[in-house]
Formats: sequence, C-alpha cells, structure tokens
Amino acid sequence: MTKDEGTKDVVAAVAADTWSLIIRPHRRWFDLKLGELWRYRDLVMLFVRRDFVSVYKQTILGPLWYLIQPLLTTITFTIVFGRIAKLSTDGLPQFLFYMSGTVIWTYFAECLTRTSDTFVLNAPLFGKVYFPRLAVPVSVLISRLIAFAIQFVFFLAFMGYFAIRGANLQPNWWILATPLFVLMMAGLGLGFGIIVSAMTTKYRDLRFLVQFGVQLLMYATAVVYPVSAIPARFQPLLRVNPMTSVIEAFRHAFLGAGSISIGGLAYSFGFMVVLVALGAVIFNRVEATFMDTV
Amino acid sequence: MAETVISVEHLSKAYRLGQIGTGRLVDDLKVWWAKARGKPNPLLKIGQKDHGNRDGETIWALSDVSFTVKQGEVLGVIGSNGAGKSTLLKIISQITAPTSGCIKAKGRVASLLEVGTGFHPDLTGRENTYLNGAILGMKKPEIDRKFDEVVAFSEVEQFIDTPVKRYSSGMYVRLAFAVAAHLDPEILLVDEVLAVGDAAFQRKCIGKMGDVARGGRTVLFVSHNLGAVTTLCHRTIWLDKGQLRMDSDSSSAVEAYLGQRKRATRKSLSDRSDRTGSGEVRFVGCRIARECGGSEVNEFLTGEEVFIHIDLEARSSISVFVGLQVKDSLGRKVTSFNSREGGFEPLLKTGMNRLVLHIPGLLLLEGQYSIDGSVVRVSNAARCDLIERIAEFGVYPSDFCRTGSPFRAYHGVFFHHHIWNGPNSETVNVTSERPPAECLQQPHLPTDSAPLTSAEQTAGVERSTQ
Repeated sequence: MTKDEGTKDVVAAVAADTWSLIIRPHRRWFDLKLGELWRYRDLVMLFVRRDFVSVYKQTILGPLWYLIQPLLTTITFTIVFGRIAKLSTDGLPQFLFYMSGTVIWTYFAECLTRTSDTFVLNAPLFGKVYFPRLAVPVSVLISRLIAFAIQFVFFLAFMGYFAIRGANLQPNWWILATPLFVLMMAGLGLGFGIIVSAMTTKYRDLRFLVQFGVQLLMYATAVVYPVSAIPARFQPLLRVNPMTSVIEAFRHAFLGAGSISIGGLAYSFGFMVVLVALGAVIFNRVEATFMDTV
Repeated sequence: MAETVISVEHLSKAYRLGQIGTGRLVDDLKVWWAKARGKPNPLLKIGQKDHGNRDGETIWALSDVSFTVKQGEVLGVIGSNGAGKSTLLKIISQITAPTSGCIKAKGRVASLLEVGTGFHPDLTGRENTYLNGAILGMKKPEIDRKFDEVVAFSEVEQFIDTPVKRYSSGMYVRLAFAVAAHLDPEILLVDEVLAVGDAAFQRKCIGKMGDVARGGRTVLFVSHNLGAVTTLCHRTIWLDKGQLRMDSDSSSAVEAYLGQRKRATRKSLSDRSDRTGSGEVRFVGCRIARECGGSEVNEFLTGEEVFIHIDLEARSSISVFVGLQVKDSLGRKVTSFNSREGGFEPLLKTGMNRLVLHIPGLLLLEGQYSIDGSVVRVSNAARCDLIERIAEFGVYPSDFCRTGSPFRAYHGVFFHHHIWNGPNSETVNVTSERPPAECLQQPHLPTDSAPLTSAEQTAGVERSTQ
C-alpha cells in the first residue's frame, strides 16, 4: 500500500461518522466478539503453526512424537490393564480397545490442560497488546485437532492391520458421526479449560489440580475399561460423566463393541453446550480486567 | 477542520492496593460463608477493619480524564512516574477496562507498548515477523506485502531464517521494531519504545515516527524523552497523579511540567522521603558555595575553589562517616569524598551539625553533576541515611591555562595536573607555569558563624547557625 492510499483509507474510515470502537467499563454478557475473532483468523492460524513448529524444534524424532506418545500409552495400558489386571475389553483386541480410548481421550485432555493455562502463560503478551483473547484457546483446539487427526490415522492403520489379521471388528454407520464426537470432546475440553483459565487468574492452585485432575478423570471415564464391565446399578453414575458416552460411542462406531446410548449422547451434548456458554461468559468477564489481578 | 478520532470522556481507573481476595479459594469461601450467615469475617485479625473481603485501599490511577484527539494529530503524553500515562494507553489499547467513563475511537487502533511482543525464541526471524505482525493486528497479505521492507529496515536479511534465539540482542530489537514500525493503523499508541538499539538505529526510528506523523495518522506518544515530545508532537497533555493537569501545545506543556518538577526536587532536603537508612542522622541541608559560608552557587568553572556545606541532624551524639558521591549527568560515579578514606570521623552532637567540605580546585570538566550523600555509623557500619541528589551543579569550561582554548566536555570528565616538556618547553609549557591558581590557595576558615574552638576547627565541625 502506498502512503497515499493509506491516507485515503484513513480518511474513508473517519468520514463515516460512527465510532468504530467504544470502550466502556462493562461489556454485555454474551458479547463474545466472534466477528473480531474472525478478523484475526490469520493470527489464530499463526498461533497454531507456532504451537506445532516450536514444540518439536531441536528434537531428534520431531513430529514422530505425535505417534510415539499414543503408542507408548497404549502399550502400557495393554500390559498393565490388559495383561496384568485382565480387565474386560468387550471382546475386542486389547491393543485396539486401549488405543481407541487413548486417542480420543488425549484430544480432550490436551484441549483442557492447554487452554487452562491461557491467562497465566500469556500474561506478558496480554499485558502489552490487544487481540481477541479467545484466539489463544481456539488456536489450541485447532492445533490439538491436527495432532488428533495424525493419531486418528495412526489408529485406523492399526485397525486395518488387526482386521487383516482376522480380528472381529464391526465398524458401522455411526462412523459418520465421528465429527460430532470430536466436536463434543473439543467443546468439553474447551469449556472446562477456559473456566479453569479464568479462575487461575485468581487462584493458582487450580493449575496443579488440573494436572492430576485430568488423570483421575480418565479413570472415572470409560477409557481403560468398557461401561459393560461396571455393575449395572453404577452405570448411570458413570454416565453422569459427559465424556463416557462419547468414548463409548466412538468405540462402538469403529470397533463395533459396547453400546450407543442416544440419551447419554444427548446429555453429553447438552452438557457441552451449557459448559461452553458458561465458560465463554466467565472468560469474557475475566478478559476485561484480568491484567489487574494476574 | 480535522475530525475528532479519539474522544476520552471522564475516564477513571481504580486499582486496589494490596492483595485482592485472600488469594486462596478455601479462604475466600470461608469469608463468603461467614458473610452469608451474617457473621464477621473469620480471617480478620482482631482490631482489623473489614474492607469487604478485600484488604488494601483503592488508588485512582486515572480520575476523570477527558480530552479529544483530532485526525492526524500527534499527541504527546507526559508526566512523572505513576502519573497514569501507561494506564491511559492500556485502556485505550483495550488491555484493561476502565472503572468508569468511556473512550470512543474511529479507525483501527494499534498499540506499541513494547517491541517484540510474542516473539518465540525457537522460531525463525521470518516466522516471528509474521507472528508478531499478526499479534499487532496485521493480516497475512499485508505482512506479505511489507515483508521485504521490514527485513530491509531491520538490517538482518542474512539471518532471517535463523531462530531468533541465536540473534544478538541488537538484531532482535531491530527486527522487533521493524515489524512494529510497519504497522499501518489509523491510530497508533506508542510508549517509550524509541529508546532501543544503537544511536544510528534510534535516529532511524525517530525518522520513521516522523513519517508516520506526516502520513496523516493519529499518534499518541507517551514518553519521558521531553526533547522527542517537543519535536514530534503538536500538542501535549500533562498527567499528574491521574489527573489531566494541562492540555496545550507541546512546548508550553513541557515547560510547565519541567517547572513543576524542578520545584518538586527543590523541596527542602529535610522534607524528602526518598531516602533509606535508620534516620539516626539525616541530611537536612546542602549548599555549594565559592566561599566558606558563602551563598549558594550552582555554576562553577573548572579549577575553581568550592565549599560544600552539609547540615546533618542527629538524634543523639554519634560518631559517623560521611560520604559524598559525585555523579555526572548519565549517573556515572565520577568521584567520591568519603570521610573514612579522607581520615575524618565527625562526632555529631544531638541536633544540627554542619560539615564543610573544602575543595581547593574543582578539577571536573564541563558538564552537569549531582551529589549523593550517605552517612554511616562508625561503631557498627549501619547506614543512617542515604539520599540521592542532595545538590546539583554545573561546571563550565574555563581558560585557566590561558591558551585561549579551554578543556571542554568532550575532553573527558576531569582535568589532571600536568606539565609538558620538550625541546622548546620554555615557550609551550603553560600548565607548569600557571596551574589552576585556586589550587595553590590556603583553605578558607569558616567565617559565617560564632567563633569555633580550635578542636572544632580541625575537625571541621561547626555549630549550626540555625
């Protein structure tokens, strides 16, 4: 842009006799500025790129770590829960059972833990320049989605291998609902994450809680065991946890074992919507003044 | 008539001093639960006042500030530390919300409160340029278009694909500033970022700022560099303790501000609180003069005789060491007068005491100097008082060697006695013939006070005349 054009732009922007920006002490509750977030989409994508590129710089295996992590977790689960504890896997090959759970659970867990650090980690940045703060958690969702996609393909490869070996797998039409499952996991992770992130501006303890809280939560979710392994009277209790139905449904769609509970999924979806809305409101409140408290 | 592009209306911002809440969820819940039942706050110490779940008091970083900025105007914002300048910029740039009042603006606002915000050490210069540009509000095509210009401006072409953690700090800052300088917002907020890089780069930066201003953009420029404010800004507002003190053309605002600051620093020494130490002994007065007991003088010539009169107030009779550190305008210590090293241990009486430091010939070259004072107790080396800038003085070049060309500031910091010798030394040797005349004089004795005992005279302690 030449200087003349730039000046003309300025004149044009000013000529319209409306204020383009009004800063007031309080914002409306649901004023999420999504339009602004859209204008900053290049920034979101650059954040995604930064997360992706910077994590594995100066590592030997580089992006291979995206495959090694779920692989090692799955192997560990197979040995500990499958071979030693001999937990039921609904008749599925243990490796695939644990891997399916791990892959989708990891997406949720990563979304949660990484968005929960939003304010604390980015305080120096937030303190110096304005951009829609939601850009950070949204970029986390996207960069983790890419990691999830890589791991998901890896999982499909193992599925193919086991199918050829003659394992009894029954993928079904529920596979088409996969984007919905992923969306629900992302929403739940984001919702919990931004609520925690808003609260950590005042209470740093929550960061430590999140660290092992997520791990504990995994055991309260049907990741390393099927819902069917739980006595029937406790099953509703397990389904209070909104992640359980999603993981069961995901497993059912690809491997054919377990059950799909429409009611459970609807509950999870509703839970997710409420959580995200609540999170967004809290985030929006905190965003305006957190620089004074962090 | 240019249009108003920023309108700040009755803007106020309160900060709470001290901690907000108790900092622990459990304790906050306890307080809340007690309140819900109408019980007193369980965490308060007996006799402590209830501030409603919050300790500390409120300070107003800004109170009822209103002004407008017209399109194309470069507005300077000046004020001492804590006057609310940065708070103002933070609110306009939406980093924090105001407590009351509002701001209306037209056009894209970009703030430059720091350069290199969001640089990631592991990413290359190229990647960081894009990331930083986007953080500052540029779109990708815009950065694409300006990329070459940015790189050329920063002078790091060779290293653009190297991670910035391998950059020298100069390169890092240059690249960071280059990105910021190529922002093209309608309204630009700048806070003291010009003080980066080496002198050549600083000139480049100032030039760029000028271009931005001439390009018809509106700029808010917060700075301590009053020279830059006067040259770059058309209009200046002066903030003082959160209030708008003055809104006028730059030179009058800067002048008024300087006048007030001078009055503030000329506050009598005994009233100043920017000091540390036990307070057993305090500096309460310092006067530099040409004669012992003479009236205050702030300007001297190199080689002149100087008397520094120091008034110390002691709470009890005490033996101390007194030190005076002379610093140049950049804050570098040039020399010190320490009574310990100088072999003098003043025994102060309760109340006022006067010490006189006699400098037979002031050997400092042209420049502005200030004196810091310290008093240390002899018995346990405990610091009684430490205070900066108890006096300031200027030294001007004098032609005491009678050559017609005096030593000046660029010759260094101090004059050294010296004698030139050579084949024709009879004619060229000036300094040997006439060293600074004053150096040869005998020290004056105090003249402005009641007769002193000989012991007091040798000790240099004088009863205060006040």
